[in-house]
Order: sequence, then C-alpha cells, then structure tokens
Amino acid sequence: MNLGVVPTLALVVPKINYWAILPDLILIGGALAVLALSSLTGRRFPAIWYSVSTAFLALATLGSALYLWFDITGKHHHAFVAIDAGIAVDGFSQLITMLVAATLFLVALSAPGYLRREGAGGPEFYVLSMLSASGAVLMGSANDLIVMFLGLEVLSIALYVMAGSNLKAIASGEAALKYFILGAFSSAIFLYGIALTYGSTGSTNLASIANYLAKNLLEHNGVLLAGAALMLLGFGFKVALVPFHAWSPDVYQGSPTPSVAFMSSVAKAAGFAGLIRVFYSALPTLRLDWQPVLWVLSVATLLVGSVLAVVQTDVKRMLAYSSISHAGFILIGLVAANPSGIAGSLYYLFTYSFLAVGSFTVVALVAGKGDSNHSLASYRGLSKRHPYLAAAMALMLIAQAGIPFTTGFLGKFYVLAAATDAHSYALALIAILSSVIAAFFYLRLGVLMYAPDGGELAVAPAVASGSASGSAQAGSASSAAATALAGTELLDAEDELLPVTRKGSWFAVPDDRGGDPILDDPAMAGSGVALVVSGDEAISGEVVNGPGAVGELRAPEIIDVPSSEKAGRDIGAAISIAICCTVTVFFGVFPSMLIDFAKQAKLLF
Amino acid sequence: MTVHASWYLILGAVLFSIGAVGILVRRNVLVMFMCVELMLNAANLTFVTFSRELNDVAGQASVFFVLVVAAAEVVVGMGIIVSIFRNMRSSIADDIHVLKG
Repeated sequence: MNLGVVPTLALVVPKINYWAILPDLILIGGALAVLALSSLTGRRFPAIWYSVSTAFLALATLGSALYLWFDITGKHHHAFVAIDAGIAVDGFSQLITMLVAATLFLVALSAPGYLRREGAGGPEFYVLSMLSASGAVLMGSANDLIVMFLGLEVLSIALYVMAGSNLKAIASGEAALKYFILGAFSSAIFLYGIALTYGSTGSTNLASIANYLAKNLLEHNGVLLAGAALMLLGFGFKVALVPFHAWSPDVYQGSPTPSVAFMSSVAKAAGFAGLIRVFYSALPTLRLDWQPVLWVLSVATLLVGSVLAVVQTDVKRMLAYSSISHAGFILIGLVAANPSGIAGSLYYLFTYSFLAVGSFTVVALVAGKGDSNHSLASYRGLSKRHPYLAAAMALMLIAQAGIPFTTGFLGKFYVLAAATDAHSYALALIAILSSVIAAFFYLRLGVLMYAPDGGELAVAPAVASGSASGSAQAGSASSAAATALAGTELLDAEDELLPVTRKGSWFAVPDDRGGDPILDDPAMAGSGVALVVSGDEAISGEVVNGPGAVGELRAPEIIDVPSSEKAGRDIGAAISIAICCTVTVFFGVFPSMLIDFAKQAKLLF
Repeated sequence: MTVHASWYLILGAVLFSIGAVGILVRRNVLVMFMCVELMLNAANLTFVTFSRELNDVAGQASVFFVLVVAAAEVVVGMGIIVSIFRNMRSSIADDIHVLKG
C-alpha cells in the first residue's frame, strides 16, 4: 500500500445519550465534586462527611442502574447501545453496575473507622474508590474494545494508588509497585490483543466483530487467535487466574485492608464482565478454540487456589488464594458457555462480592492499629473477645466453603449445574474436589476462632482444670493441625508484628521466645501449665488481655483495652458486615429472586 | 520505494516482544516501567498500521486514547516508585521483598 497520500476521512461526532451513562456520570461527577469541595474548604469537613457522601453517591448509582434495568426489561423496551455503539445498556451491564455500586456502598461504610484508626482522614480513599468503581462500570457496559480498555485502566490506575495508599508502610508500597508493574504489563498485553483483533476483523466494536466473524470465514485466523489469546491473558491477570495470579496474594497482604475489600470484589466483577462479554458475546465463533484453554485455566485456578490457601499462615494471603479459587468457579460458567452458565457466573460474582467485602471488613477490624494483625494466630479465641465479629466471620467462611443455606452453596451449585449441562463432568468433579480442599482451611479458621484464647499451648490438663472445658479439645486439636501444617512459620517472622492481645495473652508466654517451642518443649509447656493454673482466676474473670501482662499476674481492671477492642465499636463497619451477612443468609434461603435477576441479566447479543 | 505494511506490523511485534522480555528479565523498576511504555507504543504502531490498511480512522483515534492512558499511568507509576524510593532507598525490584509466603 502506498503510504504517501493520507485519505481524508470524515470524523462524525456521535450523539451522546447521557441517560445511558448516568451511573458512570454520577460516580465520576461525585468523585470530582467531593475532591473539589474538600480542597476548596481546606478539609474543614469532618472525615465522616466523605464517607456519607460516597455512600449516598453509591446509592444514587445503584438507583440509576435500577432505573435503567426496569427501563430495558420492561415490556416494550429492550437493551440498546449508546454513544456510537460504544456502550451497551443491557441487563448484564446494569447488574454489574449494581454490584459495583453495592460494593462501593459497603466499603464506604466500613472505611472511615479504619482510616480514623490509621490516622488517614482525607477524602482520597473515597475519591479513588469512586473513580475506580466508575472504571468498573464502564468495563461492564463497554461494547467496544477501546472503551473496555479505558474502563480497565480507569479501574486499575485508581486501584494501584489505593494499594499504595499507606505511605508509611513498606509493604503497602511494595504491594502497589507489584500491582502496578504487573497490571501495566497485562494492560499492555491486552491492548496489543485489541490491536491484533482490530487488524483481523476491521473493527473494535464487539457487535461488528461478532457480525464480521459470523459472516466471514477467515482463511488464516492466526492473528485473530493471537489477539484473543492476548486479551485472555490481560483479563486473566485482572481476575487472577492461575498462572497469572502471582501478584494477588502479595497485593492483598500488603495493601490497606479496605482497599483489598474493594479491589477483591470490584476488580473481579469488572474483569469477569469484560471476559464474558468479549469471549461469550463477541467471539462465539472461536468457541472451539477458547473453550479448551479456559477449561485448563479453570482447572488450574481451582486447584492451585485452594491447595495454596491451605498452607498460608496470613489470613489476608489465605483469603487471596481463596478468591483465586473462587475465580476458578466463576470461570466454570463461562467454560460451560451456555445461558445458564453465564447466569451462574453472575450469581456467583454477586454472592462472592458480598462475601469478600464482609470477610475483609472483619479482617480490617481484627487487624488492630497498624493493620498488621493478620496471622492465623491472632484469630485464636476471637469468639471470646469479639463474639459478633467471630460469628460474622464464621458465617462468611461457611458461605465461602459452600455449606447449604448460604449464597456460597447456591453459587457453586448453579455453575456446576451449568457445567454438567454442557457435559463437562470432569470439570465439575475437579471443582467439587477443590471446594473440599477449600472447606478445610475455611473450617480451620472457623475452629480457631472458637478455640479458647491461646489454645496453642495444647495443655489439656491445665485447661481442663481451669474454666474452659469441652471446646478446648477442639481448640488444641485444631491448633495442633495448624502447627503441623504451618510448621515454624506460624510463629517466627510474624512474631514481632504480633498484636498486643497475643503477646500480652496469658497463654502466649512461650511465644515470646520465638520459634516453635510450644509443643516440643516440655519444660516450657510445664511453665505454661503453672502459669495457667495460677492465673486461672484472672482468666476466667476477664478475657481481655492488655499489654504488659506477660508473665506476671495483674488484676483485670488495670489492663488496657487493646486497640482492636475499640475498633470493634465501629458502627459503619458493623452495618456493612451486617448487610453482607443478611444478603448471604437471605439469598441463601430464598435464592429465587436473585437467580431470576441473574437470568434476566442478558447480554445484548 | 514503498515499505509494505507488514514491515510495520513486524516492527510492532518485535518492539512488543522486547518490552515483554524486558519486564521479565530487567530488575530496575524504572527500566521495567520503560518496557511497559515500549509495549504500549508497539500496540499503537500496530493500531496505526492496521488503520491505514483498513482505511478506517477508528484505529488512529484509538491511539490518542492509549496515549492519554499511558500518560496517566506514568504519573501514577512514578508516584509509586518515588514513594517506594523514599522508604527503601532503592529502585531494584529484588530489593523489595517484604511480602512473601
């Protein structure tokens, strides 16, 4: 082709239907307004104002998405495209929008307590979460690959900053850097995939691509396949499919916990929305090519996620691997590639989001000041210190394990039903195997929480002579299992970060030596017994242990209340957790409403 | 002399590969960051070439969006690198290893 003369092409400015992008406009406009107001007023507003306005804007987004939902599912209405076919307004996009808005609402409620505790009161967290949510909404409703890329970047760039928002913590910076480098890498790969797809189909519009591929049989579709593979890689990074998952545990561990609550659900929802729309909707003609690849990715994600979660000793890392395994389940619906599979994936995404936000909110509360209290050990005896928190966490874990009468069970049920409909029995079996493995570490954490405080000692005689009785057996058994699995890791490097509640615990005296001496060292265990027996009265009287209580007897009244105790009175977080629990149980018992909702959330084409 | 469009595509692919390999093997965060930019611009070159081949302006318009995104990414990325450097006094990826498990 002659490159000398540039043909003049008329650039037609499209008509913009502002109603179609109302949810996005509310989020972006709201974020900018909050930022501008806080700058103009010199931050004179109380910090809670930012949280309230973000929650309000999230509800407004939810309302506008609901309005569009009823508009397009009404009798005489149907899904439509807007802005030069760049945006699809269909049930699918509105469901994703509602999901993102609900997550934003929950995170906005739970964040102020955390931010106050960590001494970061500004509007940045809320503004970034709103902007990130707007990217997710854009990604869910994109009908054009470039729009999807823009959505992906708006989502991700805000998330990188949220991951690194704790400037004082090295771990937070490292998490941000890892997320940024790998995220930018995957975005570039995704973009190159778009370029190759554009080159082989002549358009970046999803409908045009589907049309073109339906009408033309490509003689050499190598470039298109390469493009699809690179796009899959980009999405795989975003939703953390194995083998593109390496960033996710590090980022989850290092980032501030409310950021993790937000990114774990919103980034997954947006990533899967894009994945489903591009592969199920725009590239159905390549199904025979991508289905086996997704099958392999799904199996790898299911198994690696749940197996590696078992050996984690950090709760945030464990939940990161558990969310990887959930991603495998969500992918099953797409591998099945039938309408019930897509509905199952959407239902799973919906339930997963509430579970992820709920569990990370609990994690943020348990973490205590400095957001450092994440070892499994710090969950021991949580039921005594914070009974409601422990109950909520137990519910979240039970739901994630897929026990009946929770949404987690139904989510797994619907994707597996879709997989068996599509005759992928092997995949369904592997998924069940994975959920059995996963149930182990969920239940382990659950048992740990209900074990008596400091059950690590496993000195059954002492405990039996003391106040606790039957549950101690379960506690020592579980902690023995945990110790056997975790080896010395459970107690070594983490120890210096360990919370006052643990270091100051009566039972935890041997831990101060570091290492793993508790079960192996009879002398130490003996001293532990002695201490327990002598301290029996104080223990049965007061469970709260303050700093400085190590190795000597102190009266309960002079013991300081640990910081996590104060965080337990965080009303916003309590409401947020309560909503998550209610959704999990209510839609677990009465699922028909939500599954109908997911089934109606049809794609445009 | 005319240069066939496939040369531009091959150049794009080569640049993209250099960028991708660079991220995987280089250890300096700034260099890794430059490699990302290289990959994005390789994609841009591919877009423009296809745009010419298809006689469709949409591909060229896409490049502008990508440029804006790349600029935003630079700002955020540099911010993160500077904040890490303040804490760690290093921009070598191997030195930054608090998180593991």
